[in-house]
Amino acid sequence: MPAPLLVPALLGVAFLVLPLLGLLVRAPWSDLGPQLARPGVGEALRLSLVSATLATVVSLLLGVPLAWVLARSQLRGRSVLRALVTVPLVLPPVVGGVALFLVLGRQGIIGRWLFEATGLSLPFTTAAVVVAETFVAMPFLVISVEGALRAADARFEDAAATLGADRWTTFRRVTLPLVAPGIAAGAVLCWARALGEFGATITFAGNFPGTTQTMPLAVYLTLQRDPEAAIVLSLVLLGVSLATLLLLRDRWLGRGAVT
Amino acid sequence: MSLVAHVVVRRGTLALDVELAVADGEVLTVLGPNGAGKSTVLRVLAGLLRPDGGRVEVDDEVWNSPDAHLPAHERSLGMVFQDHLLFPHLSVTENVAFGPRTRGTSRPAARAAAEDWLARVGLAGLGDRRPGQLSGGQAQRAALARALVGRPQLLLLDEPLSALDARTRLTVRAELHRHLGDYPGSAVLVTHDPVDAMALADRVVVIEEGRVVQAGTPAEVARRPRTDYVARLVGLVLLAGQGAGTQVALDGGGTVAVAEDVGGPVFVAVRPESVALYLQRPVGSPRNVWPLRLAAATPHGSVVRCDLAGEVPLTADVTATSFAELGLAPGAEVWASVKASELTVYPR
Amino acid sequence: MRQLVAGALLLALAGCGVDDGGRATETDGEVSGTLTVFAAASLTDVFTDLGDQLTAEHPGLDVQFNFAGSSALATQVVQGAPADVLASADEEQLDAVADLVAGDPAVFAENTLLIAVPAGNPADVRGLADLADPGKSIALCAAEVPCGAAAARVFDAAGLTPAPDTLEQDVRAALTKVQLGEVDAALVYATDVAAAGSAVEAIEVPEAADVVNRYPLAVLAAARNPAAAELFVDLVRSDTGRQALADAGFRLP
Repeated sequence: MPAPLLVPALLGVAFLVLPLLGLLVRAPWSDLGPQLARPGVGEALRLSLVSATLATVVSLLLGVPLAWVLARSQLRGRSVLRALVTVPLVLPPVVGGVALFLVLGRQGIIGRWLFEATGLSLPFTTAAVVVAETFVAMPFLVISVEGALRAADARFEDAAATLGADRWTTFRRVTLPLVAPGIAAGAVLCWARALGEFGATITFAGNFPGTTQTMPLAVYLTLQRDPEAAIVLSLVLLGVSLATLLLLRDRWLGRGAVT
Repeated sequence: MSLVAHVVVRRGTLALDVELAVADGEVLTVLGPNGAGKSTVLRVLAGLLRPDGGRVEVDDEVWNSPDAHLPAHERSLGMVFQDHLLFPHLSVTENVAFGPRTRGTSRPAARAAAEDWLARVGLAGLGDRRPGQLSGGQAQRAALARALVGRPQLLLLDEPLSALDARTRLTVRAELHRHLGDYPGSAVLVTHDPVDAMALADRVVVIEEGRVVQAGTPAEVARRPRTDYVARLVGLVLLAGQGAGTQVALDGGGTVAVAEDVGGPVFVAVRPESVALYLQRPVGSPRNVWPLRLAAATPHGSVVRCDLAGEVPLTADVTATSFAELGLAPGAEVWASVKASELTVYPR
Repeated sequence: MRQLVAGALLLALAGCGVDDGGRATETDGEVSGTLTVFAAASLTDVFTDLGDQLTAEHPGLDVQFNFAGSSALATQVVQGAPADVLASADEEQLDAVADLVAGDPAVFAENTLLIAVPAGNPADVRGLADLADPGKSIALCAAEVPCGAAAARVFDAAGLTPAPDTLEQDVRAALTKVQLGEVDAALVYATDVAAAGSAVEAIEVPEAADVVNRYPLAVLAAARNPAAAELFVDLVRSDTGRQALADAGFRLP
């Protein structure tokens, strides 16, 4: 391997991994048991996993069709649409949270109407956590799936059309299976981003144990008072997400990559 | 006439305006250089591309007209692509059964039809494989089965043999010829390979720069090419001139003596193997003798193809032995002669 | 206006100089370079104004602020951040860096809690008891941050169990939700209500009178510009500084 590639690559690995090692070194291992047994830790972890998974499901349901429109349709203003879709990527998540308030909050453009009609208000509920995480994480899925769609040979879709398949059938039976690995990779990215989401969640959904306090929120607030406990919580989040991703890789990404 | 089409497409530098007619059971080959628009014709016939004008009718059903466009999936057609385009995530049988399934056939019936067709193309027992586990020839056979299983009114083949190696190509071409013979509908095959065109076509249409430049049976096209491109494809040198008596005054200068009386604009087709080369001006009867210069020499099987430059540009095929005896090198001055009786002359 | 302020500043500085045995006058005219002030986020507006006054008086001086939560500031100082002055919103947080402080830190301002409600008080919040009503949408600070700890002491003293819908990571986040009308009320600092303008109304909380956040101010032992640091500390303690703090809603010790 040439040194001009190898050296920066090693530096890159060090840069990404050393902070992780820092967490591991500084973790109060002897204190691990009692820290984990503290009330609220399991609750926050469960809430994180459930809400990140729901956010990923919502992102798949909305994001895959959106990626298809961006990659395949002849729609005018597609590039503008693509730029708009990626806005949450560059928006500070806290601003994203405020923006969600302005639309879906009790006083928001849509939320006000909902609140007046039904008395339901989205902020400070678990649903709001899912909404905030979806807002921030879905662009990762859309970008990733759009890339997979562009890379996929569109002539397979032509072939399907000559075999009598309309566009919907073609999408279901040809396009979707062809880009399945890309969708899986996008979903993993989306899930990971949702799991780590902090700014939009704490702004739009607030922070209340059991309802809206996900692990990142718990970590942040614990850090204010007890940095060592915060490290423990971070490691739990890290461990669970790594385990999940490795498991999925074997079961799901691995199989998709064969074709 | 089963397929009657007038295809008009304007895309960038391409201005395509082509008329085609193919009878039931007939195979029409569209021959042309890259970029001539032949694949575009096929995409329009398939309904994958909406033309800018013209009309496509199959069995008196309008597929395209200025105000109608039947989408591809509603057309009764089968299409074979250059690199087979079998769906990689489906088994071979599922690929072949795909068309019948989307058109409403029950799963068992579609599977049975697929297996029947796989047997007919010689792939019995390979149906459970993935396309990636097939050889190039097997994949193209499977693609043919996939195109034919629905008994389409129109069969389109886009360079079906060009992705195959030479040996496989020979066998698949022979099988394709047999299946096309059995096929009752209209077939249109696009290729840039004259051998495919000659071997598989009932009729040939040559397209250059978006226009039909020649149409006819393979034998007609091979014997009397009308453009340099076609002439080169069939291994002839084409000279254009004005006939008067047994003399043809070439447009590029010089004259050619021919064996019959001709008048008006004509083509003279020269077979390279009929051109003889000498280091000295030959003595005796030949009336067609020109001093030329060897521009290039390339081995071609057992002969050496010599491109000659001069007043009458020619190509001569000489045996490797003769070539060696003449001791020719590019740039050498030679005399070329050809007998008038060896030339084919026909009106332009 | 600028000149008036500068004049007042000059007077104040002169006063300080006399009080402190002439230390400020000695350094006056010499101070230059960069002064780095780490201050609690609630001091943002007051300190920015005071910093402007100082640089107007000493053109050679560049005042840099780092406004953040008091615990974050303490962490940064412990990690070696190059601060000259540290103004914390919490005496405990300053205790954490006691070894790094030059001299005795002194309390220069106090902050108390108020109920902030959206303009017009749509949920008709009247007092602390309404914050224990599950039917109302309430934001409090999380117990981990100083305003949350203070709120807990207020509720303890009042014998009430609060019914929050969200426990915010800092007081500004709680106030934002009031400003947007997404909560009916939040328990926040008086200074934050003063800074929030007309979108927020304040309701006094008598039960909170004894729960006071005290703001200590100290020059750090590792200060790179101790002269300027002293100058800034003196300015904060001057009449000008006290007036600015009072205007921002602080109580003065």
